[in-house]
Amino acid sequence: MPFGLLKYGLNSKYPAKHHFTPATDLKKHYDVVIIGGGGHGAAIAYNLAKYHGISNVAILEKNYLGGGNTARNTAVIRSNYLTEAGVKFYSASVKLYNNLSNEFNYNVMMENRGQLTLAHSDAAIRSFRWRAEVNQHLGVRSELVDRQTITDLVPNLNMSEDSRFPIMGGLWHADGATARHDAVAWGYAKGACDRGVELHQLTEVEDIEITNGRVTAVKTNRGRVECGSVVQAVAGASSIVAKKAGIPLPIHCYPLQAMVTQPYKPILTPHVSSPQVHVYVHQTSRGEFVIGGGSDPYPLYNTRATLDQRESLSAAALELFPFLAQARLLRQWAGTTDMTPDYSPIMGLSPVENYYLDAGWGTWGFKATPICGVTMAELVATKKVPDLIKPFELERFYRFEQINEAGATAASH
Amino acid sequence: MKLLPCPLNGLRNISEFTYGGEYHPMPDHRTSSTRDWAEYVFFHNNAAGIVTEWWCHTASSFWFLAERNTITDEIIRTFKADEIYQHRVEFEALAPGNDS
Repeated sequence: MPFGLLKYGLNSKYPAKHHFTPATDLKKHYDVVIIGGGGHGAAIAYNLAKYHGISNVAILEKNYLGGGNTARNTAVIRSNYLTEAGVKFYSASVKLYNNLSNEFNYNVMMENRGQLTLAHSDAAIRSFRWRAEVNQHLGVRSELVDRQTITDLVPNLNMSEDSRFPIMGGLWHADGATARHDAVAWGYAKGACDRGVELHQLTEVEDIEITNGRVTAVKTNRGRVECGSVVQAVAGASSIVAKKAGIPLPIHCYPLQAMVTQPYKPILTPHVSSPQVHVYVHQTSRGEFVIGGGSDPYPLYNTRATLDQRESLSAAALELFPFLAQARLLRQWAGTTDMTPDYSPIMGLSPVENYYLDAGWGTWGFKATPICGVTMAELVATKKVPDLIKPFELERFYRFEQINEAGATAASH
Repeated sequence: MKLLPCPLNGLRNISEFTYGGEYHPMPDHRTSSTRDWAEYVFFHNNAAGIVTEWWCHTASSFWFLAERNTITDEIIRTFKADEIYQHRVEFEALAPGNDS
């Protein structure tokens, strides 16, 4: 009954609870300052407070919670990567995702829909077989599937042999999933704030003070804050923030564009991706088709949408799903992706002693949010680099030990 | 379609061009440390603002430099590489075994 609901809503016995701490003045000192209030920053704060007893923590966000790439990604969760380091890391994240709603007591709308990557060439089949073997060896559900299985999985996919790039096979990843990206950031931030973490929105870090190789304070637009250690988790602005600490990074920022159609009845269950025609498509639980993965051809710090990308994404999506020809587009947007040379993140220690990096999240940041929170919090609390993220340290580039995941990212670059 | 003025071919659609990375001076490969070389190969300034970068007109394989604003996406000017490179850059390697 609508009136019953209204009565409940206005009843003083059930006051509306604020998710996050109300804005207060910044304290003079925090044990840990996290730069960036996205999913990652909130997840690190949550883990510090809940599992390491460190709650004198401030999350400094220049805009609003989860308003950057956390809001702009296409919410794909998967672990079918190619390298051992990558598969172990992302599969640990998928496991955490599966229990995240229970962990928070907050619904993140996790949906285990599976993910299908399409092969349109012999070379792709070979690389998918390789990925499937690596994945299975490390306990991830991935298998090479034939055309018949693809038709069974996605009956409305264009399987014509007369198309520009006929589908020859695919990599079926049963662990693939999606979740509500905002809810992930909100769940982590709520859990962190409930345990004493302070979230400061509209608080931009303008400078970082370093004395004898250690960070001592950050200067913000709302004043100076002394800190025990600093974590930067600012996907899309990593180079700019790291530069304030004097740390060069191997990152180039490219906009990645995506778009959604108006909502339709449920017709597509798995997430379908084609590295060949450069598109990925899935239908959200509210019915919109998300069409993603168009990276701009040159670096830019700008989240404008372009007609070029709209055309190429539409053309590719129609090649896979011709029934979308009549669909109307609702929105098109972009996020700034931190592209690294090897398509893997940069996590862990930095040249500055108590300054930790959570950067280089390119097009793979959302799916890593939970494991990133766990491992980065452990690093900050214990000063020891967890084995899971050791391979992703910044130093790897100086040793020419890249972790090549270029083929396993869904977006085109 | 966004247009880019090529110093050789004039104003063209930007889809005819390939982005070729930031311009930054190459260290001497015979004397630089491995660390400096890694930084030259992998690390980028990635500045928000006006940058100088390499571009190539794909159809004619013509490489040139451009000044571009990475916030507003405006191309400020393009110019031939001989504005910076007055002399030929030699790439001869050391004899095998002498690369310590």
